[in-house]
Amino acid sequence: MSFLDLKNVTKIYPNGTKAVHETSLSINEGEFMVFVGPSGCGKSTLLRMVAGLEDITEGDINLDGKLMNEVDPSERDVAMVFQNYALYPHMNVYNNLAYGLKNRGIDKETIEQKVNDAAKLLQISDYLQRKPSMLSGGQRQRVAMGRAIVRNPKIFLFDEPLSNLDAKLRIQMRLEIKKLQQKVGVTSIFVTHDQVEAMTLADRLAVINNGIIEQLGTPIEIYDNPKSLFVAGFIGSPQMNFLDGNLKNKTLSAEGFEIKDINSDYEGEVTLGIRPEHLIQTENGLINLKVDLVEQLGSDNLVYGQLKNKKDFCYRCPGNQTIEKGSNLSLNIENNKHYIFDKSTGKRVN
Amino acid sequence: MKIKPLQIIAHIILILGVLLMVVPIWISFASSSHDSVTILTEGMKFHIGDQLARNYNEVLNEKGGWSEEVTAAKMFINSFIMALGIATLKVAISAMSAYALVYYRFKLAVPIFWLIFITLLVPLEVRIFPSYKIVSDLGLTNSYTGLILPLVASATATFFFRQFYKTIPDELLESAKLDGANGWSFFIDFLVPLSKTMIAAMFIFMFVYGYSQYLWPLIMTTAEEYWTVVMGMKIIYTESYEGVALPRTAERFAYIILSMIPPVLVVVFLQKWFIKGLIQTEK
Ligand SMILES: Nc1ncnc2c1ncn2[C@@H]1O[C@H](COP(=O)(O)OP(=O)(O)OP(=O)(O)O)[C@@H](O)[C@H]1O
Ligand SMILES: [Mg+2]
Repeated sequence: MSFLDLKNVTKIYPNGTKAVHETSLSINEGEFMVFVGPSGCGKSTLLRMVAGLEDITEGDINLDGKLMNEVDPSERDVAMVFQNYALYPHMNVYNNLAYGLKNRGIDKETIEQKVNDAAKLLQISDYLQRKPSMLSGGQRQRVAMGRAIVRNPKIFLFDEPLSNLDAKLRIQMRLEIKKLQQKVGVTSIFVTHDQVEAMTLADRLAVINNGIIEQLGTPIEIYDNPKSLFVAGFIGSPQMNFLDGNLKNKTLSAEGFEIKDINSDYEGEVTLGIRPEHLIQTENGLINLKVDLVEQLGSDNLVYGQLKNKKDFCYRCPGNQTIEKGSNLSLNIENNKHYIFDKSTGKRVN
Repeated sequence: MKIKPLQIIAHIILILGVLLMVVPIWISFASSSHDSVTILTEGMKFHIGDQLARNYNEVLNEKGGWSEEVTAAKMFINSFIMALGIATLKVAISAMSAYALVYYRFKLAVPIFWLIFITLLVPLEVRIFPSYKIVSDLGLTNSYTGLILPLVASATATFFFRQFYKTIPDELLESAKLDGANGWSFFIDFLVPLSKTMIAAMFIFMFVYGYSQYLWPLIMTTAEEYWTVVMGMKIIYTESYEGVALPRTAERFAYIILSMIPPVLVVVFLQKWFIKGLIQTEK
């Protein structure tokens, strides 16, 4: 049995909302798991059930070999970092960190030692006497992390802890969280709706949609091999291009072009997915793109335009290429990297 | 600095308001320093007279009442104990019941809240006979317990605490729980410190409420040693002029001034938190 084990976990709120559907998931000790999905898909609910802050309607949660369903959150030995940090406003930073230890009846010297160690690790030693209201957003974030670390819990839970920070700080904290987790080695679950955050942090990633885990795997697996239309559209930035098409006799006919020798026996209406970064410019390519707009990011250019049938399409090329607005590009699919999904179910068919 | 006409008007209004409050107190104080005869013949005074020490000494130490045993000092102490008991218990009970109502979402929480709220419509004066019956059956007449106990439940304070607790984000409770806090330690370690300005404000209101009780102590106490200040105001200097003696007006003024001191002390002592509680809510 793995470290954290969710078995057919379902959550139905008292008002009838079914937030999580029969979800099963195993997380190994020391693993960094990320739950990613759009707003309202049930990520927080799942996390809060692990913490014990929500009752489990059905199913079992096992942590370190013990059934957690009826265990009070104060007894679970988990630590959580909330989106708005939920620091204790009337306590200074030192006491914010020390509170959980005091409740465990640990003696004063040990507490002081642990708090100072955690503070040093997070570089908040200088603020120990300050109240949270006298700290910047990034510092509060660190205090919230410190409060989790200092108790040395079985598992860290993060519920979108970076979403209140500005873009630059977010990237910096993201890195620090990852480094810290590797250093401390604590099993962690991190909830986010930002797919870049998800990709960069995760050892493994669970893409959640409507209360169901659509796909579970390493970030690269999920990026390279999305199992459904939803996952394909959600992971990757800019988003994958989707075109309607028809698959018959291993031949795909889409908007004005055909791809032969498709590795699938499926026949019928399909959606073809092509990532913007899997395209190359050639002469007489499959796809003709009329350029509307070019976003220059420096390293890359994002080229937005329309196909013949007025369908929006995006192409990503290296930043050193100059592309004129209004020009026509001829594109091919690089290494035949394309994804085909059943149009009605969204399941991958190739 | 330019002063706008509007500001001048505002200040005039404020100054008038201050005068309206301060002048009567000053007149009472000034009058309390004269001879009763002077006041009876010349009316109330604006300036300090020469009888100050004598009048105050007399008020504090003269034994009054029918049995000539109770002093004003004793009555101040009684009132202080009563008000302190009422205020402390009212604040403690309301804070705890509001805690139960907000954080323990049992089914009857809302009906119970409204039931508590409805008791606002039944103040002590309305239920004075049943209350008296209960207290006397319990044998609590002529005791501090009897003076305090029937007044310790407060719908108003419960309401204010409830509203305040509702503004505290749920995450605070949740992260405290994960830090191992139980129901009791969340109340003591979080709600009490977070609402300390509120507690101070409530305490002051309730202290003044308890201090100015009249009807209840009047009915409750037959022994003079439990008389309170407000009762004394009516009773203490009446007996001596029935018949021949002059009304002791100056002493009465002195008594009134003295009776204001305990509530003022409470306000002065708690004002730092009290003002904070009125003008800002801590995040
Ligand atoms: N206390 C509640 N009572 C009823 N329904 C709820 C409650 N909390 C959440 N829900 C519903 O459950 C679903 C999942 O909510 P959840 O908070 O888990 O979403 P989320 O994935 O964390 O979204 P976000 O990214 O916006 O935080 C939503 O449809 C939400 O409306
Ligand atoms: Mg959420």
